[in-house]
Amino acid sequence: MSAGVELDHITVRFGDFTAVDNATLDIKGGEFFSFLGPSGCGKTTILRTVSGFLEPSEGRVRIGGQDMAGIGPNKRPTALIFQNLALFPLMSVAENISYGLRVRGAGKAERRRKADELLDLIALPGQGDKLVSELSGGQKQRVAIARALAVEPKVLLLDEPLSALDLKLRQHMRAELRAIQQKVGITFIYITHDQGEALTMSDRIAVMSDGVIQQVGDGKAVYDQPQTAFVASFVGENNPFPGTITRAENGYAVIETAFGPLRGRNPQGLAAGSRGILFVRPESLQLGQGSADATLSSTVTNVAFEGHMTHVYLNGQAKKEIIVTVGRLGGAAIPAPHTTTPISYDAELGLILPEGMLARE
Amino acid sequence: MSSRAIVFIIPVIVIAIFWLMARREARRNPDPTRKSFFERNGKALGIVFIALVAFWTLFLVALPYLYMVVESFHPALPPTKRGGPDDVLTVAQYSSFVINPIGDQVNWLHMKALVFSILVSMAVTFLNFCICYPLAFYMAQAGTAQKVRLLMLGLIVPYWVNEILRAFSLRLLLASKGLINQALMGIGITDAPIDFLGNNTGLYVGLSYAYLLVMMFPLYNAIESLDKNQIEAARDLGAPWWRIHWDVVIPYAKPGIASGCTMVFMLSVGSLAAPQFLGGPRVLWFTAIIYDFFFQSFNWPRGAAYAFIMLVVCIALVMGMLRLFKVSLGEAIK
Amino acid sequence: MSSRMIMRGMIGFYILLFFGYLFGPLVVMSITAFNTPSYPAAYPFEAFTLDWFVKLWNHRNMMDGLKNSIIIGIGVVAISVPVGLAASIIMSQIYHRARSLYYLITISPLLTPGVIIGISTVIFWRDVLSVTDVTRSMFYNGMVLTVLGQASFISAYCLLIFMARLTRFDRAQEEAALDLGASYPQVFWHILLPFLKPAVVSAIVIAFLTSFENYNTTTFAILADKTLVTVLAGEVRQGTTPALSALAVIIIAISVVGAVLYEVVKRREQMQAERAQRQAILAERGEVAAVA
Repeated sequence: MSAGVELDHITVRFGDFTAVDNATLDIKGGEFFSFLGPSGCGKTTILRTVSGFLEPSEGRVRIGGQDMAGIGPNKRPTALIFQNLALFPLMSVAENISYGLRVRGAGKAERRRKADELLDLIALPGQGDKLVSELSGGQKQRVAIARALAVEPKVLLLDEPLSALDLKLRQHMRAELRAIQQKVGITFIYITHDQGEALTMSDRIAVMSDGVIQQVGDGKAVYDQPQTAFVASFVGENNPFPGTITRAENGYAVIETAFGPLRGRNPQGLAAGSRGILFVRPESLQLGQGSADATLSSTVTNVAFEGHMTHVYLNGQAKKEIIVTVGRLGGAAIPAPHTTTPISYDAELGLILPEGMLARE
Repeated sequence: MSSRAIVFIIPVIVIAIFWLMARREARRNPDPTRKSFFERNGKALGIVFIALVAFWTLFLVALPYLYMVVESFHPALPPTKRGGPDDVLTVAQYSSFVINPIGDQVNWLHMKALVFSILVSMAVTFLNFCICYPLAFYMAQAGTAQKVRLLMLGLIVPYWVNEILRAFSLRLLLASKGLINQALMGIGITDAPIDFLGNNTGLYVGLSYAYLLVMMFPLYNAIESLDKNQIEAARDLGAPWWRIHWDVVIPYAKPGIASGCTMVFMLSVGSLAAPQFLGGPRVLWFTAIIYDFFFQSFNWPRGAAYAFIMLVVCIALVMGMLRLFKVSLGEAIK
Repeated sequence: MSSRMIMRGMIGFYILLFFGYLFGPLVVMSITAFNTPSYPAAYPFEAFTLDWFVKLWNHRNMMDGLKNSIIIGIGVVAISVPVGLAASIIMSQIYHRARSLYYLITISPLLTPGVIIGISTVIFWRDVLSVTDVTRSMFYNGMVLTVLGQASFISAYCLLIFMARLTRFDRAQEEAALDLGASYPQVFWHILLPFLKPAVVSAIVIAFLTSFENYNTTTFAILADKTLVTVLAGEVRQGTTPALSALAVIIIAISVVGAVLYEVVKRREQMQAERAQRQAILAERGEVAAVA
């Protein structure tokens, strides 16, 4: 039932603007795959290219091994869930769900049967005759999913479908989407700028920026082993310390930053003399002295108590603040604002990456 | 007939230019989402759409207009002689607007009629703006939703009573035996009835009355979309009420004002009912002169020439006014 | 506080004056329809009568004109509404630069005085239809020319009505239907046309009424035929009779009934929408409760 999606050196240009630059990717059948990136990074363009609303300027899209060039959106084995859902307001819920069957020439009885079946799947049994305007946000969401599933697509494409819901419902819908995907077993391609959504639901994630796929991997890999400065700074909070590498040896390096020489892992084997950025996550930093080449000291600007943890903000490099997250059981005394305090980390948890663009806050 | 046949070639040229423009634009900004017209609508529907619009723009709009212009460059001939050796191209109909062929004198009468029609229409336009603006503002900004609906209803009902009957109703009021004269004489302000129709008061009132709502709706629509906070902010900053209108509301509603004024002016100049039924016996309204060429002297080419003169002068005036007030034509005819 | 009261009083007085101006003449005319003198007079009110309505009913010319007006109105609706719809759809799909030229051409009949539309229609179709004797005898008559002349500018009104509705169309709806496998013509019939239905209804009503009350174009294009309005014009020119007032009373009555009916339908629709909204809110609450 499910089919993989292959992007083979896809480039999409609008006039002079390159929205997607040479993207190559292999999404496996039955996978829950997410594209994660800030708005304007080209993720929606990729989705529209897969669904057939856009033809790539260069490259090929293959679904289930079949080349999709010249095949329109109404002929592809994909179904799209729109950001605003795009339910048909003048049709009832059942008519919405069975619309794909109607245009395929299915009879009334068959349409009704399929609609009822899908209404059961999305836990809205017997609500087929309601108008779309009578549904809640979450119910509309589920009707949109049912409408897309009714045509039995091999690939379901979702364009930030949860962005209109409030936080609580959004979290609930994440679990529900994941459950539906496992039940129907088809490929889901999910577009989002919300890393929480991407990390909790996906089998794999592609992080995008400026039309370029930065990194592909499962949630843990993207969070723990970012490969570019953009991914390190976009996925989760991170403290960047740019500088010049002075020493590199067996997987570690020392980088000369504004806070002196600091040590971290060097997975890409950057050589001494090259520019790089050391990243240390807020939860990896702790208050107090550590080993000499993994300690820096700065002035506290602000302390924010958030209940289960406390954020301590300190003066950082280039007007950016350093964030230290202290858990409840950390035990260390929280310093007062305007005092200077040492902070340190385990060099194992510092990560040195080549210099590159950081994500905008 | 050959000179008339030229008319059929012009639209072909326009369509060709149109097509070239579209092609050039398509080549300049290639857009991967773009589909051709027939892909977008399907063959059958696409052909129906184009056929309908082509029939309208060609046979109901462009060709008749052009044909009228060509006709105005022909002499007035009885049907049997049309297309014969006498049917030559001539500017006689246009020169007759300046020099009257009967008596070879300067045609002050018709020129005065054109100027008079235009000046009266301008005055009527301004008058209607002044009458409508306060109510439009009240409905758009101050009134409660329920009141506005009631007022709207009140505006729409008289709109569907046709022009002739509205002129008729005014005549009942303004005639020498009409209600107003009865009232004036009853109170003793005058002894003899005032000839409202003879001194053209009827004409002015009739024009204003006929096109009141044509001014009202564009004004209302334009002012309605103005954010109430802007007025509040101006008031908060200490602006007196007239400054709020002058500095905030009117500049914002300018496209709507231009739209209303353009419509009222064009309708008023082209009006036929008000001068026919409410004007004095000596009033020379330009459209009435055109009407007479058609139905009294049966000189269609001259009527066509006068109609074309009127159209050109009015459009030039409207364009000039729009430029003066810095409104684009597109904004004004929405 | 008191200056506010004065302001309010002034606004009230102004509104009174405005509607007095708008309705005064119509009210006076309506009174004359029920008064006995053969010269229409509102004062003195001699005696109540319905004679003028009977006279109107027996007025052959006016009844013939009414019949013609209705036929012409239907003809205009049959041309203008499809043309306006097609023109608006082309407008929404055309390239930017070409669009302004297209807009200018399609909207120009609205800026052209009706007299000129009437004249050009007659001059053009006289020669075109005279090409063969058959077309001349079949189509060269006032009814056909009036339909063509009126359709020329009423189509532009319809275009504007459809354009206003189309700008609120959510393109994602079209894409959703395509994505579910619909062809472009299916999108038109299933999605776009139902969406435009309210605009179709208002275009039909406005096209018919505009045609019905048109004078400037009709008076030229109608040739030897007649419509209600041209008959009226002839009557007014010849003199005045309260039978005309009676006609006005009927038109006003129909307008008022129509407007009130429209208001009732609108209100019912609004109530339906409110009910739907209430349901949605209830559903929302239920859902949040279920999540918690």
